[in-house]
Formats: sequence, structure tokens, C-alpha cells
Amino acid sequence: MQHKVIDTKDVVIRFAGDSGDGMQLTGSLFADMSAIYGNELSTFPDYPAEIRAPHGTLSGVSGFQVHIGSEHITTPGDLCDLLVAMNPAALKTNAKWLKRTAMVLVDGDTFDEEGLKKAGFRDDPIAEMHIEDRTVIVAPITTLTEESLKDSGLDVKSVHKCKNMFTLGMACFIYSRPLEYIYQYLERKFGKKHPEMVAPNKKVLTDGYNYAANIQAIPNTYTVEPAHLPKGLYRNMTGNQATAWGFLAASEKSGRPLFCGSYPITPATAILEELAIHKSLGVKTLQAEDEIAGICTAIGAAYAGDLAVTTTSGPGLSLKSEALGLAVMTELPIVIVDVQRAGPSTGIPTKTEQSDLNQVLYGRNGECPIAVVAAHSPAHCFDTAFYASKLALEHMMPVIMLSEGFLGNGSEPWRIPSMKDYPEIRPPFAGEEDIPFKPFRRDPHTMVRKWGLPGQKGYEHRVGGLEKNHDGVLSSDPANHEMMVRERAEKVARLADVIPPLEVIGNGSGRLLVVGWGGTYGHLYTAVMQARAEGKDVGYAHFDYINPLPKNTAEVFGRYERILVCELNCGQFAGYLRTVLPQFTYQQYNKVQGQPFLVQEISDAIDSAL
Amino acid sequence: MEKYTFKDFKSDQEVRWCPGCGDHAVLAALQRAMPRVSEILGYDKERYVVVSGIGCSSRLPYYMDTYGFHSIHGRATAISTGIKVANPELSVWQACGDGDALAIGGNHFIHAIRRNIDINIILFNNRIYGLTKGQYSPTSKFGAITKTSPYGTVEHPFNPGSLVLGAKGTFFARGLDTELKLNEEIMVAAAVHNGTSVMEMLTNCVIFNNGTHAEISDKAWRADRTIVLRHGEKMIFGKDRDKGLVLDGLRLKVVTIGEKGITEDDILTHDAHSDNIGIHMMLADMKYPEYPVALGVIRDVPDITYDAAVRMQVEQVSAKSKIHCVDDLLRSGSTWEVR
Repeated sequence: MQHKVIDTKDVVIRFAGDSGDGMQLTGSLFADMSAIYGNELSTFPDYPAEIRAPHGTLSGVSGFQVHIGSEHITTPGDLCDLLVAMNPAALKTNAKWLKRTAMVLVDGDTFDEEGLKKAGFRDDPIAEMHIEDRTVIVAPITTLTEESLKDSGLDVKSVHKCKNMFTLGMACFIYSRPLEYIYQYLERKFGKKHPEMVAPNKKVLTDGYNYAANIQAIPNTYTVEPAHLPKGLYRNMTGNQATAWGFLAASEKSGRPLFCGSYPITPATAILEELAIHKSLGVKTLQAEDEIAGICTAIGAAYAGDLAVTTTSGPGLSLKSEALGLAVMTELPIVIVDVQRAGPSTGIPTKTEQSDLNQVLYGRNGECPIAVVAAHSPAHCFDTAFYASKLALEHMMPVIMLSEGFLGNGSEPWRIPSMKDYPEIRPPFAGEEDIPFKPFRRDPHTMVRKWGLPGQKGYEHRVGGLEKNHDGVLSSDPANHEMMVRERAEKVARLADVIPPLEVIGNGSGRLLVVGWGGTYGHLYTAVMQARAEGKDVGYAHFDYINPLPKNTAEVFGRYERILVCELNCGQFAGYLRTVLPQFTYQQYNKVQGQPFLVQEISDAIDSAL
Repeated sequence: MEKYTFKDFKSDQEVRWCPGCGDHAVLAALQRAMPRVSEILGYDKERYVVVSGIGCSSRLPYYMDTYGFHSIHGRATAISTGIKVANPELSVWQACGDGDALAIGGNHFIHAIRRNIDINIILFNNRIYGLTKGQYSPTSKFGAITKTSPYGTVEHPFNPGSLVLGAKGTFFARGLDTELKLNEEIMVAAAVHNGTSVMEMLTNCVIFNNGTHAEISDKAWRADRTIVLRHGEKMIFGKDRDKGLVLDGLRLKVVTIGEKGITEDDILTHDAHSDNIGIHMMLADMKYPEYPVALGVIRDVPDITYDAAVRMQVEQVSAKSKIHCVDDLLRSGSTWEVR
């Protein structure tokens, strides 16, 4: 067979297998290796809630998609160029993501009668999935791994755990990836505790690579050149890690110790885990007894003077609702992170969605507006956490940061910033001039109250959930109540004076404005850029600040004939815009499948809106 | 350090509890205990923070001229925990009721005790929901007739002491609203104790549960139906100081000194510092009429506190780590250079 090496702009690879097959690790390694090679990339872990679902079943399939390119990459890609399917179930659940030109690599050993039956195939999975026209490479990966390690002395279970390295070796051959990075990784991972595992893993990886080179079944191999990234030091970041680090940065810039009170919940737990590592930066993490204790310990820590955060996902936020009201009433600075997942109730915990927007905007008793910001990419979680903390600390209020499972678990290369490029954070501490301290007297411009810290002489005061007057004295006076309600709302509204204006990507005016918020940024951006390249009259505005909206929002909307709001819910942001800016008409494009948008879906929506 | 009197801890707010409510006496004891605590531990007034949840007793922070936080129902313990972890220098006091701490806030209550965070919890136990006007609480007696149990409750009550000791609490004491001096003594001991100090205060609700503790608290028989435990002292009680507690097999037994050859030497000596939680459990569980109800400090044992452990871990990890600022962190681990 004539073997060609094809240089390509970008490729999408999807690794799929049983949840015990190590597909998340395989995908991450491929991504990290590509990042170091210099590619741009985006990743999308798509895994089930079960830790180890029954072997070989459809519900146990775990996937990891990675998109690498020599040009700007903003999404993990709609469809894949290579699907690695470690068993029939993985093929069945993932064949729908294949491009027409895709290659499929399967472990032939798993396609036995039992495997086919578990996945619900009759006898010919290729025909049943209608993928006869794709290049299907059937390799006996299990047997080859066993063969490769027959002299290693490892037991069968340990040998089978190395199958993913064989697959990774094959993928490295197909995409011309050097193996050195993975060698180094294996040495780091196993070197200290399990040095006996380094050599076998390396051997299987190399054997997989060589096998792919020798079988002649692979028609073409590909190269993806390094991208022209701005100079600098880079690292790969997931959204949850970036969120944790953003808080550490805010703690440093404010001089306030960081406190995190959280209860484990998918997909937010990694933020608490990450913060727990960094005690050397003074962070105190408290794994609370429940979600309510998570936010209440944070409120207590804020009262005592810390930068206090709590991290959760939708169901956890529901439990925190009453305490959110307390934070609003006591005007204390905390940041609440909601890494959204598919709801309602327990929903689909490991799948992404944007359906908590109404909850964060409205889900409390009383007149209780809260500032809401949203991250738009994994690395952007760093800035979002930093600036959410800055708003909370400088304006003495709770701030909700919306993330999404797609962002929290997804990763992208990030050019490491320098902390000197970030602003100082200056909380409004009470001073000598504020004695005797009246806790709810406000700055007339920002409506912000002063922060008097326990332990300091002269600022003794009481806060609480009951309505008070400016002096901090309990009051059920009707006029005072209405005044305080309006002042608390006004304080949030006036954040519009300090947040950045809304920017438009593409045409500054014209036929259609695509509007989005949160983690759909990459897909919407790509679809709009493609439409513009095709000469379509489209602009794009993405909201990082949800409440309040940027000051120029109405002015921007007014420059377009049509507005199309795209979001992963049934239209919550569109509904909010209709309430806040009712003078415009909003078209919607929505999806609620626990999955991110596909660029193609947005392209189609743009075409029908034009 | 300044020398304080109880007046320094009285705020300018009008106390709005019902006349005759047991809470007045507990407040007075706290205002008297704090100057004494300051003297012993060298605390300036600004180090005190008084936290509460929701309920009649949770109004207490407004009446103290200290830092204060009147939070939401059941959550005082979580708020206190956050305050203490954020700033372990603070002396954190908490006022909560039987419904507040043991029903809606039961989870936070037992977990604070399990962690042994250094806070002082005053648990006002009047066996009723007062602020919502008379529904039964988790400490109401089986069969109690209230607005939500017109035919009597069919629920067994918690004994707060058993709950605290069951969670391996390091400090438990019981006071009685009318025993001002004893309550003050208990509060000082609680402040000196490092760890979660739970002080159950048996209080009377004159409106919705009047006389709930009368069978032991009435002056006419209080001395015969209660026993004040003090570390190192004999477990002797009674108007005539002639009754005492002894161990009879695996159970406590009330005996009369001078009868059946019993002398004072036979009576048990209270050891609040013993790590034997079994005897403390038996003492906390004593109920009238079989036994006198135990008052005073029943258990006071040392153990590492959560806030100290958190602080120590931060110090230990910092000493070993190479990461001391966010720029260090950003450049740590796996990175690559684009030239």
C-alpha cells in the first residue's frame, strides 16, 4: 500500500472505552503531548456518572475528545477524524461522531460474541453502524498487549491495564507524535512508587507505535504543525484548576487569606481538591458536612475577614439558597461557584448544561439580587474567579460565578500570566473615621458599606438576617425596609460602572447579532467566523457579565436588525434579556441534551436566522 | 489589657424576651462570665464574637456589646466554625435553642463536635419552639401536648448530653436558668477548654412550656433532685448533703450516707478529665426520679482542636513547599516555552 504523510491544519481524535480502560488518561496524555509539541488544542471529557459500570455495557462507555491544530482552536470539534473504540459498546455509542473521512481503530479481541451481545449488536457491527465506507482498523490490541508483556512477570489484570498505552502508541504513529513526552510522564508517574511499571508501559507504548507502522493497514499518517502561538511560557489548564488558581491570585492581591468551605459534588469537586493541595499559600479548605455548611462556613469566614468561597453544582446551589440571602442581607463578600450540570434534580451529573441561570438570578426569597459572572473557556476561569473575588471584596457582596461541566473538566493551553499584570484588590476596611462603627452606612456613589473586622477595637457590631437600618439596628419600619431593599439592589446595579463594556466580534452593526454567554463561546465564535468568511452579515457578542449587564448592551443590540440568543437550556438568558431590555426582539437557539453545541448546529441556526 | 465588668458587655439594645423567661438569667451569666474569662485568658473585648441561629435565644447577640452575628435557622454552628477557622484568635460564643441546634441544625452540631473546633456553644433547652409559638421540639418529652401534638407527641426526645458524648465531645456541661453562679462557672470553664464546649442550659419558657423543668428546678426540691458535679469532688447531693452516687455493677446507684454502712468514702469522686466516656455518659443520662439530674461540668478532656490542626497543617506544608506565591504556582509543574 502506498503510504502518504499528509500535513493537516487540525484533527479531532476521540478515545472511547470502558470506564476502567483509562481513556481519560489516554486522551489527556495525547493532549498534553500535543500542547508541548506546540499545537493549539481543546479537550472534552465525556464520561458516565458510574465509576465502574458493568464491563462492556453501553452505560459504561467513557470518552475523551481532543482537537489539535496548527491554527486557532476554540472547540473540541464536532466530529472526529479518528475514533479509538476499545470495545463494541464504545463503537456503538460513538460512531455517530465520525466524519465521512474518519478512521476507526478497534480492539478486535473485544468484538467476540459476548462483547457484541452486551453492546446490542447482532453479528456485523460495522454494517449495523453503517460505517462500511470508513477506514476501519481491527487490531487485536488485547492479545498484542499480552504478547508484548509476556516476559514482564505482571499478572493478567496489570497487563490488561496497559492496553491503553498500546492504543496510544498507535495513535502517536498515525499523528506523527514523538513518544518522549509520554516516556517522561511514565517515569514521573510510576518512578517513585511503582518503578516496576515504568518499563512495561514504555514497552507497550513502543510496541503499539511499531505495530501501527508495520501492519500496512493504515493508509495515511498525518502531521499537525505547531501553531503560531504568542511567545511565552505555557501550561495546560482545566477550568476547575483555573478557578482554584484564580482565587489564590485574588487572595494574594487582596492580602486576605483564602477560605474554601465546600461539599463534594460533580463536576465541581476538583476545585476543592485543587485548593486543598495549596496550603503553602495559606489557603484553608474545609470539607463541610453538607452544602449549607459549605456556604455558611464561608459566610462566617467572610465576617472574620477572609476571602471566602464555596464551590458547588446546581443541586448544591439549591441547598445554599437561604444562606445566599443571608450573604446579601449581611453584605459580606463571598464568591459562590456553580459548575453547572444537566438538571433538574440529580439530572445527568457528568454532562454539561447552562440551565442554572434562572436559579442564580432569581432563586431566593425576598428581593435578593446577586451579581452573576460567567466564564467562557477553561483558562478564562482564572480571570473570572479573580475578578469575581475583586467585585465581591471591593463591593461587599456575594458574587456568583457560573462555570459548566464542559469548562471545569475541559482543558486548553494557557499562556502563563505574571501576577504583576493583575490589579490590586482593595476592600473597603473601616477606618478610625468610622468609629463609632455603623455597619450599613454606604458610600453614596457605589452604595458599598465598610468592612469592620472582629478582633479590631472599636468596630464591634452585629450583622444578621433581620432587616436593619444604616446604623445596624433592627428595624421593621416600612419605609426603612423599602429603602434598604432598593439600596442593596442599586449596589449590584452600579457594578455596571466598573465592569468592562460588551464587545462585538465581527461586524459592528448589520443584519444579525449572535448572542451567547458562558462555555458556548468557542462554538459560537467558530460558527460566526465561518459565516463571516462565507460573506454573511453576522456579529457576535458574548456576555461574561450577566448581572448587571454591561452598560452598553442596549446600544450594541440597537445596531442589529436581528438578535439570536444561543444557549444550552430552554432560553433562560433570552428570557432575562426580555425582562431587562424588552425593547428588542430575541430569537433563540437552544439545546438541552447534556452536550455542548456542535459548530454545525450554530451555523444552521445562523443561516435560518439571517 | 483592660479590666472589664459585666456592664462592658451589655449593649444599648432593649432586651425583648418575655418577663420571666429563663433566657434573661443565661444572658446575665454570660455578661458576668466574660470579664472573668478576659481576666483569666487575657482577652480584650474585641476578641469576642457571639453567633446565633434563629429562635428566642438567638436574639442574644444583640444584647451583647461585642461582635455578633445573628444568622439563619440551624446554621449558627457552621457560621461559628467559619469564623473560628478564619481567625483562631477570636473567642467564639454561640447561642442556640433545642430546635435550632438539634433539629434543623443537628447536622452542623454533631460535626462541629466531631471536629472539636474551639467554640463555646450555649444550648438553651426549653423543650419547645417558642418563637413560632409552641410546637414540640426534639427535646420535648414523649407524649408532650403542644400545638402540633394535640394528642401528645409520639417521638422520643434527644438528650443533648448523650448526643454530645456520642459524637465524642470533649466538653459537656449542664446548667439551670436559676443557677446564675453555677452557669457563670460553667461558662468560664467552657472558655478555658480548648475544643467544642457544649453548655446545655435548662431554661423555662413561661408562655408555651411553663414549668417544663419544675420537677427538678423548684427551690423546694432542687437540692434533692439535682447534683452539681465538680471535678475532684465527691458526687454528693441533697438538702442535707447525705445522698451520693456509687457504682453498682455497671450502673450508677443513689445511696444515703450513713445507711447500710455507707460512708462518704464509698461515694464516687467526679473525674471530668477522665478519658472514660462511659461514666460521663451515665452521668449525663441521669433522669429524675431514679436519679438526680447532673449539673455542672460533666466532661472536660483535652484533644487537638480543628482550628489548631488546620493552622498547623498550613504551617507544615508551607515550610516544606517550594511554592510561596502565585507566580511560583503558575510556573510549577508541567510547562513549555513557545519561542
